[in-house]
Amino acid sequence: MTSETPILPSTPAFFDIEPSRGWVNLGLGELWKHRELLYFLTWREIKVRYKQTALGVGWAILQPLFAMLIFSLFFGRLGKLPSDGVPYPLFVFAGLVPWTFFSNAISASSNSLVNSAHLISKIYFPRLALPISSILSGLVDFALAFGLLLVIMAYYRVAPTVNVLWLLPLVLLAAVTALGVGLWLSALNVEFRDIKHTVPFLAQMWMFATPIAYPSSMLPARWRTIYGLNPMVGVVEGFRWALLGTGFRPGRIMLASALAAVCLLVSGAFYFRRMERTFADVV
Amino acid sequence: MSNIALRVDGLGKKYSIGERRAAYKTLRDGVATAAEGSLRSLGALFGRTGSIPTSVPTDYWALRNVSFEVKHGEVVGIIGKNGAGKSTLLKILSRITQPTEGRARVCGRVGSLLEVGTGFHPELTGRENIYMNGAILGMSKADIERKFDEIVAFAEVDAYLDTPVKRYSSGMQLRLGFAVAAHMEPEILIVDEVLAVGDVQFQKKCLGKIGEVARGGRTVLFVSHNMTAVRTLCERCLVIEKGALAEDTKDVAQAVRRYGGYGAGSSRWVRDSSEFRSDQKMAFTSIDCQISGDQPQHTITLTVELRSIRQHAPAFIAFDITDASMTPLMQALPKPEGFLHHDDVYQLLVEIDLPPLIPGTYRIAAWVGSHFNSTYDSVGPVLEFSITTSPTPRRSFPHTQDHGSLVPRSRVSVPVSNAY
Repeated sequence: MTSETPILPSTPAFFDIEPSRGWVNLGLGELWKHRELLYFLTWREIKVRYKQTALGVGWAILQPLFAMLIFSLFFGRLGKLPSDGVPYPLFVFAGLVPWTFFSNAISASSNSLVNSAHLISKIYFPRLALPISSILSGLVDFALAFGLLLVIMAYYRVAPTVNVLWLLPLVLLAAVTALGVGLWLSALNVEFRDIKHTVPFLAQMWMFATPIAYPSSMLPARWRTIYGLNPMVGVVEGFRWALLGTGFRPGRIMLASALAAVCLLVSGAFYFRRMERTFADVV
Repeated sequence: MSNIALRVDGLGKKYSIGERRAAYKTLRDGVATAAEGSLRSLGALFGRTGSIPTSVPTDYWALRNVSFEVKHGEVVGIIGKNGAGKSTLLKILSRITQPTEGRARVCGRVGSLLEVGTGFHPELTGRENIYMNGAILGMSKADIERKFDEIVAFAEVDAYLDTPVKRYSSGMQLRLGFAVAAHMEPEILIVDEVLAVGDVQFQKKCLGKIGEVARGGRTVLFVSHNMTAVRTLCERCLVIEKGALAEDTKDVAQAVRRYGGYGAGSSRWVRDSSEFRSDQKMAFTSIDCQISGDQPQHTITLTVELRSIRQHAPAFIAFDITDASMTPLMQALPKPEGFLHHDDVYQLLVEIDLPPLIPGTYRIAAWVGSHFNSTYDSVGPVLEFSITTSPTPRRSFPHTQDHGSLVPRSRVSVPVSNAY
């Protein structure tokens, strides 16, 4: 093999480097060109996540499992919260599976830029690849936890309905929401390291604003659409509806959730791209 | 299209000092500045300017008003002192950071190598890291697969491909990092000071590879403090000084001699007090250099002052002697074992007997450290001395560096039968 490949005649493959001002375009075409990088970054995250841990990938199911046990004990047994007619542990676990994915995704993506500071200051590539890959890599953990959810359903003899097909758009909704939040927080984190300390707290508050330990049927009906502006409400309720047949079918709440998620994503993407030009100088 | 690979037009990059020093702020600072700002604008609204103390960060231009063009296939060296703005220029051209003003047009695929092994993950194996690093540098999976064997051969790591990189020696990591980058085949290659690390063998190999890339008709922008490398590789040289383009010349040897990366040499060097690093164990404070004697027996007398700052192992000193273009010629090691124990201030008198050297100016660099590999302090080749007379009496033609700087003493005896 030789290293001499003929240089292709320069197609008008030039680009200009200039200070950009105001709101810049999203550069999605360029991101698409770097899709292999996206793949490799995701793959690296997955490979590295459980290196040198004793339980390895077991952590992916232990996390929601323990949360389920604690919730069942305190909220189900002692607090006697209603669970829409399904066994409380199953009810709570069906909410915890998408929630764990979401909360891990926002914490991973909000730290993704700062953790890759050495890359950002030495190499050019579309920076969007970092938060996106940190969310994609969480899908593996999600799949494992979802497997456990199916096992628990079998244990309680609850059969999924045909509505399970809805799970795909629901996972997408969770991912879009996580990415929207992750874009805002990761860009802010470059300049303000406060974000790192805020995220766990934010995740906790958000969890209580999401119907995980309790059903949203506890809320008065007129508040539900506003409640649905928290996109995770749509995701969690949708999960229960599709798998367990409880909750409500994707209706107005779902629409509110989807709209809110898209707003988060679009605003996050523009904010990220705007801040991107100083990442290498500040990080 | 024209054969211009790179056109840079009035490029400038401004940092605010605050930004450079405290790299990131906390929200509190942000809120404080914002509050201050709005107070000020509130003041301005009521026509009371200047009543509120301002704390506008001082601006600092790392690069200003730099313009040049590079044709396809040119190999351009960029030299200048540390902090002159070379790296900022390369960072802008490789799109890592944005310029504050001006513009640049880049025609062709750019590959930049600002650091060897960027993106290596210690937990991944060599094989995995080749793919990872290649993807980060912008190679496609197919490209990497096609080049894989070559990369492995260049890096000489075939036996360790499935070992995590954290078990590699630093030399192996360097070789692997360079190997991946060197095989990415961009049309424009930007290289920053990658040769500053690694052993001589590695540097030679890298230089060879960069030369090969250059001869293959690609455009290369090359920043280095290794002046020999710049001289041998580059056909053109840009000198950056204090953020501006000081010189753009085809006479690389001349530029290297003049700027050399260390400024003019002198017979006395004194450290700025601000230059101490707090984590440093020892530091040179001043060095004086005198030359005495005559050809063929010159003697250099160095008066060296150095300090111990923190606890350290027994240390020793060494002096590198280079020619004017920083090509290393020899090293003097007056006492090759640790003899400086922790003490406040040392005054040392060092005498070096020079071998016969051709007329010209020479530089001396100083080093102090222990165990041959831990450096406590080093002072670049800043001390200068000159040789004015020829080491060969009765020679009637000038000396040139093309035949080296050293003139060994030599004899010849002519067999009687051939003498006439």
